[in-house]
Amino acid sequence: MATEVRNDSELRSDREHPMGLSVDEVEAIGREFQELHDEVFADLGERDARYIHAIIALQRNLALAGRGMLLFSIFPPAWLAGTATLSVAKILENMEIGHNVMHGQWDWMNHPDIHSSSWDWDTASTSEAWKHSHNYIHHTFTNIRGKDKDLGYEIMRIDPEQPWHPAYLLQPLYNLLLMAFFEWGVALHDMDIEAVRAREKPWKQVWKDLKGISGKARRQFIKDYVAWPLLSGISAPTTLAANFTANIVRNVWAHSIIFCGHFPDQCHTFSEEECEDETLGETYIRQLIGAANIDGSPLFHVLSGNLGWQVEHHLFPDMPSTRYGEIGPRVREICERYGLPYNTGPLWQQLAMVHRTILRLALPGGKPRSKPSPYVREEDGGRRVAPSRR
Amino acid sequence: MAERGARPQVPRITRGIVRATQGLTTPFELDDYLEQFNPLWSTRELRGRIESVDRETATAVTVTIKPGHDWPGHRAGQFVRLGFDIDGVRHWRAYSLTSDPDRADGNISITVKTVEDGVVSPFLAKEAEPGTIVTLSNVEGEFVLPDPPPAKLLFISAGSGVTPIMSMLRHLERDHRLNDVVHLHSAKDEGDVIFGNQLRRLEDAYAGFRLHEQHSSEMGRMRPEDLDDLCANWRDRVTYLSGPADLIDALEEHWEEHGDPELLNIERFQIKLGEAATGEGGLIRFMRSGCETDVDGETPILVAGEKEGLELAYGCREGICHTCVGELSSGKVRDLRTGEVYGSEGEMVRTCISAPEGEIEISL
Repeated sequence: MATEVRNDSELRSDREHPMGLSVDEVEAIGREFQELHDEVFADLGERDARYIHAIIALQRNLALAGRGMLLFSIFPPAWLAGTATLSVAKILENMEIGHNVMHGQWDWMNHPDIHSSSWDWDTASTSEAWKHSHNYIHHTFTNIRGKDKDLGYEIMRIDPEQPWHPAYLLQPLYNLLLMAFFEWGVALHDMDIEAVRAREKPWKQVWKDLKGISGKARRQFIKDYVAWPLLSGISAPTTLAANFTANIVRNVWAHSIIFCGHFPDQCHTFSEEECEDETLGETYIRQLIGAANIDGSPLFHVLSGNLGWQVEHHLFPDMPSTRYGEIGPRVREICERYGLPYNTGPLWQQLAMVHRTILRLALPGGKPRSKPSPYVREEDGGRRVAPSRR
Repeated sequence: MAERGARPQVPRITRGIVRATQGLTTPFELDDYLEQFNPLWSTRELRGRIESVDRETATAVTVTIKPGHDWPGHRAGQFVRLGFDIDGVRHWRAYSLTSDPDRADGNISITVKTVEDGVVSPFLAKEAEPGTIVTLSNVEGEFVLPDPPPAKLLFISAGSGVTPIMSMLRHLERDHRLNDVVHLHSAKDEGDVIFGNQLRRLEDAYAGFRLHEQHSSEMGRMRPEDLDDLCANWRDRVTYLSGPADLIDALEEHWEEHGDPELLNIERFQIKLGEAATGEGGLIRFMRSGCETDVDGETPILVAGEKEGLELAYGCREGICHTCVGELSSGKVRDLRTGEVYGSEGEMVRTCISAPEGEIEISL
């Protein structure tokens, strides 16, 4: 995609690149990633379309099955099976379908429903507000301190370079609450409270967003906590509990996957000065080293909306999610050739790092953790983590 | 927004049920669940199922479609826009309906000539099969017979231009009104005449229907000056003319000079992009995508954006459906069909048929 990024090498020759690369190398990296993007987009077709249609059908059928079983939720086995099925349906809808469709990953199909302009998802945020805060703010200013409002979601200190404030003492608690009620947290976050406080956001927009959220919240609340319980007759209380549980399960899962995307120790953050007048290559490098993958099975990747391929997603946010796993080895190969890190790790390890950071940075101080050295293929001795400090 | 099919005619009770269950299905609709079982049940857009694909000539097929809900009806001669999912992408095309509007089984048909380097027509000829689902949009077109039809009729067609006329002939036959109809049709040779057998059958069956086949490979093309020989009283007949642009242009001129243009009805198949005066082109700034590109005066804004790799919304690509509109922030555009230059700040322009006239900014 031809975007308006600077390409004149002279402009940047005086500045040091984050990974000790030369100006020419940075430019070449930009070109290689762009070519990879274009190659995949030229190849999109029937196979991809069949996948998203099949996942949507699976999600709808799981939702129907889960809701159906919960009509009899007074029987514990029905409650258990129904809650589990509904939880999976909600996870699939939010992560592999909603998030990705609203990124425009499937817009190339020219389908009226599976399209970023028309999709609405099964969660508290309105699609319009989320597309602004996520697709635009977060994916454009990824990991730039002070500009990427997903860096700690404005309520947590997630990077030692963020100044400490006594309010952060309670962040382990906020974190737990956010985990349980993630969808509501995201909806509020989309409002951009900071901009509202700073009077940067016009009141008209604030009012519109509030109306949008309250409408969406009302409908979501009525569906899960009034309509379906009423339909369940004598199973009403247990269905209500089941729907509440399914929402919590989905929230905890989404929170875990999403926090592992940018908050593990391996991820770099950037100052605004570092990112001024970025070239295409520099943007790709920032996206590459600002994100971290999660190792997992194909089933894990589907259930996490392929956000276990966070690195690939941040390089190419509008690429259909199923392609991330396919290009993973090629991204890794580029990293190896240019001496760049390729951040990844098992879920337990990434989660442990995230929560350790949240606990540690509640207190003042803290230092940036060591970042991994350039990627080396397993057969060459595996990835080494050198204690190189930024 | 991507183009959507027509809103189907469904019983009010069905709409009521969809609305009543919204509390249970939000943010989706009952449709989203039911269409997994049968895509034809959608109450949001009218879809159809291909019943058969029949070969008319070596290069044309007739596709018969069963609409998912009651067909809203059409007048003989009108066209419909259809969406086909090909290699994962929905493509919209307009085709004349060739079926009799009052067909007993409620099915409709289109007849499509294969364009080898095309997308949709080769798909219909080679890949479409019974069971393939298509999306149906609104019926449009002014090229229709009045009710009751004129007493004396002349049809002139060439190539696939015969398609709207076939619908009219079927309609006239059903109404027993093939009393004084002359049909002049031009095609490369006998085998290339779409509906050849059906037209010849009509000629055999009805004294009031006369068919002239102009096989251009041996007889040359139909020329305006041949008209007096082919149909001496052409000036008195209400005429329906459908075919390629050069034939239409020549005959239109002939009617203006020697006949009564009021009696001539025309169906143009290709929009005349690029035939109108073209301008200088200019720089297009796609504001939302942050991309800019310089183009000549013949390249539509949509095509220019796609060449730059932008994912822009589009539907018909011929100025009908307004799916591709973008808000003009500054500058002027030229309508490639008419050559007209227009545009003011905030105006919505159809990017598929507009080229920049000088530098423009568009919110896409």
